[in-house]
Amino acid sequence: MTGAVIEIQSLTKRFGGTTAVDDLTFRVEPGVVTGFLGPNGAGKTTTLRSLLGLVKPTSGRATFDGQAYAELRDPLRTVGTALEASSFHPGRTGRDHLRVAAAASGIPDARVDEVLDWVGLGAAGRRRAGGYSLGMRQRLGLAFALLGDPGALVLDEPINGLDPEGIRWIRGFLRSLAAEGRTVLVSSHLLSEVQQTVDRVVIISHGRLAYQGSLDGLETGVARVHVDAADRDGLARVLVTAGGQVEVTADGLHVSGLDATAIGQHALTAGVALKLLVPEREGLEDVFLGLVGEGGGL
Amino acid sequence: MLRSIRSEVRKVATTRIWWILAIILFGYVALVAAGMAALFATITDQAEGQAIPTESIPALVYSVATAIGYVIPLLFGALATTGEFRHQTLTPTFLATPKRSVVLGGKVVTGALFGVVYAVLALAGSVGLGAIVLSATGTDTLLGEGDTWALFGRIVIAMVLWVIIGIGLGVLIPNQVAVIVIVLAFTQFVEPLLRTAAAFWEWTAAVGRFLPGAAGDALVGSSIYTAFTAGTADPLEWWQGGLVLGAYAALFLVAGALTTWRRDVT
Repeated sequence: MTGAVIEIQSLTKRFGGTTAVDDLTFRVEPGVVTGFLGPNGAGKTTTLRSLLGLVKPTSGRATFDGQAYAELRDPLRTVGTALEASSFHPGRTGRDHLRVAAAASGIPDARVDEVLDWVGLGAAGRRRAGGYSLGMRQRLGLAFALLGDPGALVLDEPINGLDPEGIRWIRGFLRSLAAEGRTVLVSSHLLSEVQQTVDRVVIISHGRLAYQGSLDGLETGVARVHVDAADRDGLARVLVTAGGQVEVTADGLHVSGLDATAIGQHALTAGVALKLLVPEREGLEDVFLGLVGEGGGL
Repeated sequence: MLRSIRSEVRKVATTRIWWILAIILFGYVALVAAGMAALFATITDQAEGQAIPTESIPALVYSVATAIGYVIPLLFGALATTGEFRHQTLTPTFLATPKRSVVLGGKVVTGALFGVVYAVLALAGSVGLGAIVLSATGTDTLLGEGDTWALFGRIVIAMVLWVIIGIGLGVLIPNQVAVIVIVLAFTQFVEPLLRTAAAFWEWTAAVGRFLPGAAGDALVGSSIYTAFTAGTADPLEWWQGGLVLGAYAALFLVAGALTTWRRDVT
């Protein structure tokens, strides 16, 4: 199976005076899990809803293999979607919720019970959805997404509200879906939540693209070296002269702009004895926070 | 379109509101029809120069199905659309069927099907209990007459149109509480008042015939309401009444489809 390529091209969406999505362009390939990250209010949900034809973009396009969602001949069999976990009639059972969608898409009813068992809602499917826990609603949302056995999956915060066992389950599940060649786009406002699951990330902030690429590329972005000497001030002078940016803290110096090798060489030349030299990689979460800026809201 | 209709039928059948409304409709109509049949029997026994000829009594009793019952299909239609806004089920609905006009079309056809169901139930109430009381009090039920069955047919058409008007109203005013208040206030209070007031002058009476409830009564051709507040203007022909009701349905549907139905679903 090869899922559709998702393309967002110069997408802009304004609600009244506020710009929710601002000239956003990115691409999601099949066969890998792509994380769609950004703080709450960054425009993730608006982007996804534009992609799914629920929101009309102010300008730009969002397509699956070049086709807008509304043009898809068989939408539920092409794209599976789980948006926020509250789009159910509380008086309707989970199973009936899926049967309504199955009828609209010409999907056989037998498939409904299949996906309910798959997400672990077999017995609960015959209870009214109004009584479901957040975790159960997430599972029902996922069952809805899987109903048409689609090649592409668009999941908005699917991990939110799941218990630890559920989180482990969904991680494995997403990876296996991608391994089958499907396109998997998973949004989250927490990098740590999807860090172990995603292969690629698209990070947005204030409706704009902040980063797009592999997680490794994100990780090696910024590096610092933690260094210390008995003559801390002397060392600092040497390193500043050598062109490094030095931050003096209680536990030594944090240097950027110079790598560990260069720092050791400069210290040796200046005759300053080092007592500590540790290359530090800035944490992913820090890089993420740096990218999404002060409006993080995390 | 067929898929959309099947989906809409399932939506209605898998929640409780349709049969709760059905029970209310049947009970309300049956009770009023039986009460009216009994009342007419006493009036005709006592008064010499009665206002209402005996042969029109059965039609008045049977048409209670629409004369007082029409508010139920109207509410049913309105709830079918506003429920989707209220419970945010428009998201899964439009994901499964992105062409929104197809969804609305499916709703109209499904609403028409349930309109027939409600008409049959309302007639079961008004004719079922009404005819029993009529024959018990010695009035001819006229159930063998072709005219009576033509009346039943027009009642079915009226109930179908009322559901569709409700659907249109629900699209135009997606706020469920607001639409329930408007429907109840208009049908139970505003329109009866307007129709009574309109009967005073000739020109207002002519306009008053185009009020939805009046048009509905004209379509059915018989109603306790028109029997007691006969205005100066000639009532509309039954088919004219049907056209007026159909025009209301079309107006609300088109206006709703061009406004709220096209909006972003967030």
